[in-house]
Amino acid sequence: MKLELRGITKRFGALVANNNISLTVESGEIHALLGENGAGKSTLMNVLYGLYIAEEGEILLDDKVQQFAGPGDAMNAGIGMVHQHFMLVPVFTVAENVVLGHEQTTFGGRLDLSAARAKVREISDRFGFDIDPDALIEDLPVGVQQRVEIIKALSQDAKVLVFDEPTAVLTPQETDELMTIMRQLAASGTSIVFITHKLREVRAVADRITVIRLGTVVGEASPTATNAELASLMVGRAVELTVHKNAPELRGTALSVKNLSVIDVRNQIVVNNVSFDVQAGEVLAIAGVQGNGQTELTEALLGLQQHVTGSIELDGKPLRGYSVRHILDSGVGFVPEDRTEDGLIADFSIAENLMLDRSSGAPFVKAGNLQLAFRAKFAAEKITEFDIRSQGSEMEAGRLSGGNQQKVVLARELSRNLRLFVAAQPTRGLDVGSIEFVHTRIIETRDSGIPVIVVSTELDEVVALADRIAVMYRGEIVGIVPGSTPRATLGLMMAGEHAPVAEAAL
Amino acid sequence: MSGRTVTTPAPVPGAVKKDGSERWSQALRDITGGSAMISVLAVLLALVVGAVLIAFTTDRVQETAGYFFSRPTDLIGAVWEAVAGAYSALFQGSVYNFRAPSFFNAIRPLTETLTFATPLIAAGLGVGLAFRVGMFNIGGRGQMLIAAGAAGWVAFAVELPAGIHLIVAILAGLLGGAIWGGIVGLLKARTGAHEVIVTIMLNFVALYLIQFLLRTPGALQAPGSNNPKTPAMAATAVFPDLFGPRYNLHAGFLTVIAATIFVWWLLSRSNLGFQFRAVGQNPSAARVAGINVKNVYLYAMAISGALVGLAGINQVLGTVTTGFGAGIDAGIGFDAITVALLGRSRPWGIFAAGILFGAFKAGGFAMQAAEGVPIDIVVVVQALIVLFIAAPPLVRAIFHLPTPGTTRKPRIRKINEVVAK
Repeated sequence: MKLELRGITKRFGALVANNNISLTVESGEIHALLGENGAGKSTLMNVLYGLYIAEEGEILLDDKVQQFAGPGDAMNAGIGMVHQHFMLVPVFTVAENVVLGHEQTTFGGRLDLSAARAKVREISDRFGFDIDPDALIEDLPVGVQQRVEIIKALSQDAKVLVFDEPTAVLTPQETDELMTIMRQLAASGTSIVFITHKLREVRAVADRITVIRLGTVVGEASPTATNAELASLMVGRAVELTVHKNAPELRGTALSVKNLSVIDVRNQIVVNNVSFDVQAGEVLAIAGVQGNGQTELTEALLGLQQHVTGSIELDGKPLRGYSVRHILDSGVGFVPEDRTEDGLIADFSIAENLMLDRSSGAPFVKAGNLQLAFRAKFAAEKITEFDIRSQGSEMEAGRLSGGNQQKVVLARELSRNLRLFVAAQPTRGLDVGSIEFVHTRIIETRDSGIPVIVVSTELDEVVALADRIAVMYRGEIVGIVPGSTPRATLGLMMAGEHAPVAEAAL
Repeated sequence: MSGRTVTTPAPVPGAVKKDGSERWSQALRDITGGSAMISVLAVLLALVVGAVLIAFTTDRVQETAGYFFSRPTDLIGAVWEAVAGAYSALFQGSVYNFRAPSFFNAIRPLTETLTFATPLIAAGLGVGLAFRVGMFNIGGRGQMLIAAGAAGWVAFAVELPAGIHLIVAILAGLLGGAIWGGIVGLLKARTGAHEVIVTIMLNFVALYLIQFLLRTPGALQAPGSNNPKTPAMAATAVFPDLFGPRYNLHAGFLTVIAATIFVWWLLSRSNLGFQFRAVGQNPSAARVAGINVKNVYLYAMAISGALVGLAGINQVLGTVTTGFGAGIDAGIGFDAITVALLGRSRPWGIFAAGILFGAFKAGGFAMQAAEGVPIDIVVVVQALIVLFIAAPPLVRAIFHLPTPGTTRKPRIRKINEVVAK
């Protein structure tokens, strides 16, 4: 089915999220929609899916103008969406999830699950998915759950499939498999809109690429374009994609973690007997697919986890079992994974957020009184130093863009006297320009002789920053390898293969 | 993969953790974070609806409505008379009585308003402070009773020189309120018990404790009496009148002004208040920033309890100095919630809201006496104010105000309360 968007304009008050966007996706084509976060990709797709009503413009399917009042209309017209966060009920089976919302019933209102099973088997066989219709969603790996989403869309006879950032939760191998599936779907005549900000994936799978910046189409590109060309189109200026760094200047072991285990609130072992050292002046990257214990590991370092065994020593002094306050005072800087939740207080001003983790002593507090004049001066300095684009230090942090919010967190953490710097997902959700800035600051921190731990699920980031890479899988470190290790090996390790096995397999 | 003991399940990114208490505190933030304009409009709307109710309940209006089509001006006149009469009586009973023979008599309603406002402001500050830390203190009644009991006992049973006696009585009351509030903070911090349930239960504990003490000779009961009532307060422990015996307004009003300044300093100038607000806005970020969230809950509830206790102190040492019973809280602990909401949990906003509610109380009696409008109308107006404040979208829709935050993205938060050990 051919999809055409003509002159779509969507405004939110004074903000124009989509400005006169036109887009054509031919039948059987994989069309990538490339743009930074906040460029308007998701808004455009929500217009297509009937969640938003556009002020201007029209949607055409096979040259017929469509009117969508809601997602139901869009589904009936043949548009399917594979969401970034899966819309599946974990305790239901595959078949139950697939028919959810479109249940067929037999006599007396009884659910006709055998029809649903047959449908799942039929679609699954057609694309070689190999999915058991009676498996519970919660027992399936993430990559398979995504296939269930695809089956769900296809079972509604979707002729246009929208994939919204589908690779964010996948391992590199799963990503490759997804791309194969996308090509299969396209070959069978389905039109695919692929939303992403990852350049490599776009080039690997797309037939055509439309780049969106600040709500407008800034150009079309072919998959043969280079990463640098695509990035500069996306950002609107030339960007540095590789991080310039010299060989690390190692200054001896600073952080030593031995036999660390963490048991979470649900009484499960989430970090299992992990040991590693970090030297002053090096970046140790912790790679792995989301949810393999990296979050809990960093939280344990910070004293945020309750049930931790093993030892953590920084410069010979033990850290395990102490309060967060004590650990911060020992010189640990921390960029939390979820910046809006754990890193910032959205309703606080930039200045207030800059003093957030120093609220109990000099220089921000004297005799119980906030030193407002000092704070204002400090905030003004940091806003300049870290190039935080804002309307002044009293602006609420929640109104800043993601990149600028992250700069506030970095400014706060890097302005203390650090002995260790832990950055979890430091560039998640940031635009290319901000990623460049954050990476530069991290390498500068390393070069000043501070041990740095970077946790990241993005292989690109891991490879760009790391001097050594520890790969985590199911709470364990499957291996610590040099920063120059090939991506394919890292990918296999992220799926649980130990380092020598992974290398032998290639 | 054989032989692994790790039981990490496959992560389910779609499963957004959102428990009930999180939704609750988000609603709290939205209600208390509204703009001053919403508060003013809510009062205005409530008065308009109150006017409709006054019109409906007046006999003359019902009478003229019967022949509306023959002489409509009669009805309009009757409505105007009823509403204007009632509200002007409300004004004259609470601010300035134009019919009084002298200025000193005419201004008397205003001092009455301030007298009624005194405990409302104190308790409102306590409830508002808890709001700012993300907690709902419904335990005003219990905290007031305990504070009143402690302050009252010192005031009638202990003999001390004038001045010192009053100060010691006040301190005893503050301590009583702080302990009663602090228990709540402690339970929340140590066991994760929800403060709403704990405060409600402690209200009953305090009520029956005070009732028991009031019936126990040698405790709070007046000697030689069978009534559950204390003896009169010693003259040395009573708040002096501010403008002489002609007016009821007493020096307790000054303590409330001081409390307002204290809360303002605490919240906007002190580092403890900074931590309070941080925990109130985002407890997980506060925890990551090294703030001891559990201690904050404890300190905040203790200070909140002390402030609410100040209301109880004012009742027994200022308003009712002839001895008190178990009804001394007079529902102020609950009215304080309304006051805190109307004042948007800001110290001076609460001060203003407390005076408005004091005016409703003072003027309500005058309205009933002069116009025969039932005092329940005032209660209805107060209730409507809460309703309109709790429903900002409704107020915005009526006055065509823009909605703040036009994005439709839902705010997804993880766990918003620190899990207790």
